[in-house]
Amino acid sequence: METILANAVEAIAGATGYIYPNEFELHWGILIVVYPYLTGLVAGAFILASLERVFKVSALIPVYRLSLLTALSFLLIAPLPLLAHLGRPERALEMFLTPHTKSAMAMFGFVYVWYLMVVLLLELWFDYRQDIINWARKSTGLKKYFYYALSLGSTSTSDEALAFDAKAGRFITLIGIPSAFLLHGYVGFIFGSVKANPWWSSVLMPIVFLFSAIVSGIALMVLIYMVTTMFRWKRINMDCLNKLGLFLIVAMIVDFSLELLDFIQRLYESEESINILSSMISNRLFISLIISQIIIGSIAPMAALVMARFRKVPDEMKRMLYFIAAILIQVGIFSTRWNVVLGGQLFSKSLRGLTTYKLEMFGLEGLFVSIVLLIMPFVILFVLVKILPPWEGGHHEPMRLAPAESKK
Amino acid sequence: MEQDKPKIQRRDFLRSCFKKLPVLVSAAYIISPDELLASASDDYNPDEHNYAMGISIHKCIGCGRCADACKTENKVPRDEHFFRTWIERYIIPPDGEAEVDSPNGGIDGFPKADEKKEILRTYFVPKLCNHCENPPCVQVCPVGATYTSRDGVVLVDSSYCVGCRYCIQACPYGARYLHPETHTADKCTFCYHRIVKGMRPACVEVCPTQARVFGEIGKRNSPLHRFIRFNDTIVLKQWLNTKPKVYYSGADGEVR
Repeated sequence: METILANAVEAIAGATGYIYPNEFELHWGILIVVYPYLTGLVAGAFILASLERVFKVSALIPVYRLSLLTALSFLLIAPLPLLAHLGRPERALEMFLTPHTKSAMAMFGFVYVWYLMVVLLLELWFDYRQDIINWARKSTGLKKYFYYALSLGSTSTSDEALAFDAKAGRFITLIGIPSAFLLHGYVGFIFGSVKANPWWSSVLMPIVFLFSAIVSGIALMVLIYMVTTMFRWKRINMDCLNKLGLFLIVAMIVDFSLELLDFIQRLYESEESINILSSMISNRLFISLIISQIIIGSIAPMAALVMARFRKVPDEMKRMLYFIAAILIQVGIFSTRWNVVLGGQLFSKSLRGLTTYKLEMFGLEGLFVSIVLLIMPFVILFVLVKILPPWEGGHHEPMRLAPAESKK
Repeated sequence: MEQDKPKIQRRDFLRSCFKKLPVLVSAAYIISPDELLASASDDYNPDEHNYAMGISIHKCIGCGRCADACKTENKVPRDEHFFRTWIERYIIPPDGEAEVDSPNGGIDGFPKADEKKEILRTYFVPKLCNHCENPPCVQVCPVGATYTSRDGVVLVDSSYCVGCRYCIQACPYGARYLHPETHTADKCTFCYHRIVKGMRPACVEVCPTQARVFGEIGKRNSPLHRFIRFNDTIVLKQWLNTKPKVYYSGADGEVR
């Protein structure tokens, strides 16, 4: 039976069935979609960088430093969507000052700070220290002092010092890998541990988040590497690109299988929530889940990658396929986040009704702010690349010291 | 002169009595025994209490007075999407899905059911925060703003709440909302400001059929103890192991 009011509400909000009165507002909107998407890119880019550093995948040298800088740029912006979404953003620091040790979200704050301060910044510093000193010696004026400041007063370029840099860098990367896993596993845990919500409550959630993070991070690096190389008028290193493609396929297959496994298990278990979830998938999430996430975002890029990697096609065609696949993967992973975050709120916890999400345009939690937040990491990356050019130097090809300085 | 003095005093006394009579009479009328008790509750010890509620589905007539009183007592926004307590109507057909509705939380009553449809049974279910013993909302709050008081009531400290809404997501009963003015999480407190003074929550106070019973767990002289003893009660979504403390009598498996 539909009441007069329910009819009115249905007409306005697109709700069907019965929804608890307090559930009419979706509490986590597009900003909470953007947030795991950004942290996923951070974790993915970092794991890619560590492949080269720890596992010595030398084909990936051209993207090693670029990946670290990308991870940093995205990590700096990652907490902003959360902050903008808080009802009382001025109290955000309370999460560190009065932490609640049983809360996954509070602990995530500490994982984030650990990752930013201890892992990423330290690793970048050790990796760039030698170059920073060289740049300081070569430059003049303010720039000179800026680079000296960046070196934090550690200006020794002796062999022992450089050896220590390399050793420390490798050690930090070793710590960094589990930290990156933790960073994004935790985001998945935040959702997966909500037992009240059958769409989220799954032990596979942290692992699915992790692998989709790796996929999105590698795909992002494919895009950034191709675009930056183009603008620098350099040739793309096909070995590097092929290696990226290979890792991408492997990560995608694992990610896709895990998601499929999760889906099949839910279907097979056929718990109380299965009816409302299947009606949600076939109605509200059809476009974003079936079309955008699975067909456009997973199957199509996998096919393109397999073709580029394992078929005999000319390099130009390969590059195009990689590029298209990387873009489609971003669409797919963003849809994944969308479907998890919003999908989990489209049905009532009464399991009797569905609601809809109305995307705000210009509000603090709207589309416009989200687009700005998605563009900002690229602006930061642009600045970082200007300050710390990733193309030269590095621990593999030590930059030659400026002649006058090298005598010192 | 000295003999006159008591006369004047007696007159003054009577005059003042007449003056105060309306006040005294009205005070005796307005001040309930609960309130008298409240004034003597300085030695209130929260450790001695563990509050809970019982709801008799058979007695609830869906008048909505409880939801209305709650909004007035606790300054809950009058908007139809913010409730500390609300009433749901279940209409169970002989076959097929139960139909549930709660227009404006039941405050304005319920529209007449479709007479053409066959109805097996129908009942009203008041809902509120279940003040779980194992509350997922308390578990997830990143700043510890939502907590269980020593007397077993789940509360929100709105001066700490950051408005992240994780607790709203974690509550399986939809009992929480984000207050549109304070931008912090809000929910039923069992009218904490009343119960610590020995009074009953507003919803219990106004219920015309005594469908709601407020009391304490583990006290034999508590009305709740009697309620649980003499009724077959269930709690909502028991399988989630939140250990809710709102006990329903007469509710069936359709209620969730």
